[in-house]
Amino acid sequence: MIQFRNVNKSYGKKIILNNLTLDIKAGEFVILIGPSGCGKTTTLKTINRLIEPDSGEIYIDGKDITKVDPVKLRRTIGYVIQQIGLFPNMTVEQNIAIVPKLLNYKKEEIDEIVRHLLELVNMPYEENAKKYPSELSGGQQQRIGVLRALAASPPIVLMDEPFGALDPVTRDSLQEEIKKIQKKLGKTIVFVTHDMDEAIRLGDTIVFMNEGKVLQMASPEEMLQNPADPIIKSFLGKHINNENSNANLVASDFMRAKVLTVSKTKKTLECIELMSRRDVSSLIVVEEDDTYLGTVSVDKIKAQGKAGRQIAELITVEAMTVNRNSNAQQAFELLIASPTGYVIVLNDDNTVAGLITKTSMAKAMGEALWGEMTQ
Amino acid sequence: MTNLLYLTGEHMVLVLIAIAISTVLGVLLGIISYWVPYLDKVILWVVDSLQTIPSLALLALLMIFFGLGNVTLIVGLVLYSLLPIVRNTYIGLTGVPPYLKDAARGMGMSKLQLMFKVELPLSFPLIFSGIKIATVTALSIAVIGVLIGSGGLGYPIYRGIQTLNFLTITLWTIPVVIMAVIFDFLMSKIEEKLVKRAK
Ligand SMILES: Nc1ncnc2c1ncn2[C@@H]1O[C@H](COP(=O)(O)OP(=O)(O)OP(=O)(O)O)[C@@H](O)[C@H]1O
Ligand SMILES: [Mg+2]
Repeated sequence: MIQFRNVNKSYGKKIILNNLTLDIKAGEFVILIGPSGCGKTTTLKTINRLIEPDSGEIYIDGKDITKVDPVKLRRTIGYVIQQIGLFPNMTVEQNIAIVPKLLNYKKEEIDEIVRHLLELVNMPYEENAKKYPSELSGGQQQRIGVLRALAASPPIVLMDEPFGALDPVTRDSLQEEIKKIQKKLGKTIVFVTHDMDEAIRLGDTIVFMNEGKVLQMASPEEMLQNPADPIIKSFLGKHINNENSNANLVASDFMRAKVLTVSKTKKTLECIELMSRRDVSSLIVVEEDDTYLGTVSVDKIKAQGKAGRQIAELITVEAMTVNRNSNAQQAFELLIASPTGYVIVLNDDNTVAGLITKTSMAKAMGEALWGEMTQ
Repeated sequence: MTNLLYLTGEHMVLVLIAIAISTVLGVLLGIISYWVPYLDKVILWVVDSLQTIPSLALLALLMIFFGLGNVTLIVGLVLYSLLPIVRNTYIGLTGVPPYLKDAARGMGMSKLQLMFKVELPLSFPLIFSGIKIATVTALSIAVIGVLIGSGGLGYPIYRGIQTLNFLTITLWTIPVVIMAVIFDFLMSKIEEKLVKRAK
């Protein structure tokens, strides 16, 4: 567990970390994300004391890290950087073995570790161990960069935009691998990125930073649903756009526009006849100025109607109505709750715009997904 | 003939001793300039100034302290060779990409481990190229050692000059040139390999 307590860091007048307080749980994959220069790298580097805060405390497993020798501390924390940082004068094997060697592991033990780790990323020992970094592809290099950080089994691994410089395909597979490794080995990973896709894909928790502060700390789902700040919203970019396009959908997008309405002055007989001709079981009744009044069902007319009477007296208002501009979700909810199986959509002037039924809803959804439907 | 081989050998040994000392001292000074803020300017200025002193004047000056003989020549050659080695060491060390230093420190290397496992190995091609320049220069400068009574190929050449015997001068200059060319060639080859490996 890593705890930041009121951590401050400035360069000159420029405040980089502004009273940062943050709790990272053990075994979690935590993403630090935010605009460039917001202090992500600085935050990460304060954890392994590559940067010392001006004030505030950082605890790892309850222990104040300033009480630990920084060199010893760093050997227990894996570190992966965007530039990969493999040492060009060392082979793959030597690179992976650095921290175990610093910790005076036995040679056989180190061999075992190197073999095992290379296996983990499907890079056979025989083929790769003796190569120099320059003989590997970028993706392979960063795999070794990750393995190097894992070699001495540190419980915590810090990763600063480790996949930022890789092509999308390689990035994808590395993301998958690191997530698998993290789950398998139960590491606490603090991962800096400014790619929201990556954050959502990998993170158990996303910490959104801005100007040296935490703006929001939440699970990916929670952040998508309730971004706490417009900056976060803009970062969510296309994810939120999807949401937006859903949120932008309104009731009228789901309605059938051609609906049968009758004036309240119509006679009962006429209505029965109309209904049987159109094969419907109820009608929408409107005022003379076309504003909505209610509905009348065939059963009601049969039970109570007297021939020659106006339907005005048989109107019921049990049908649900919704303004045509209300959000689609609201219309959905009404539809599901509606005893009549439909929702009447009204224009702003209370005239009838259309009808949402389960069929019209399905049709509109289909169109949203696959384009114009033939039926 | 034995005289030629003997003097050539002596010449080379004097230079190599000087270069060995200069390398150790130069790399050390390079590391110190790199480690200690502000000292870099001082050290680089000093070794730079040393080279601007005419070689003869430097040797004469050293003679006051070390007397006549090989020791004075070696000290002179050491001082003369410092500049390329110190400078290249310094440039090499400062040129190691910061992210590699970060990675090394982040993995828990101490300052010394960082120096010997990462910074020096990565700077080595450049340091070596400094040593090469120093060696080739020292081979020719060693000739004037004769004026302070040291051995090597300087003596026969000096005698040739005094007797205006161009044949002698040429004859004895050839081994100096050949040595310089061979050292330059071989060391350039090694340098190329080093640079290539560092890529
Ligand atoms: N040594 C330094 N001296 C002065 N300013 C610095 C120093 N290191 C970092 N900064 C500044 O601190 C700010 C935060 O830097 P940091 O590297 O933490 O940002 P970041 O969130 O990682 O950004 P990015 O997404 O660009 O990597 C930046 O504005 C940077 O210019
Ligand atoms: Mg950064």
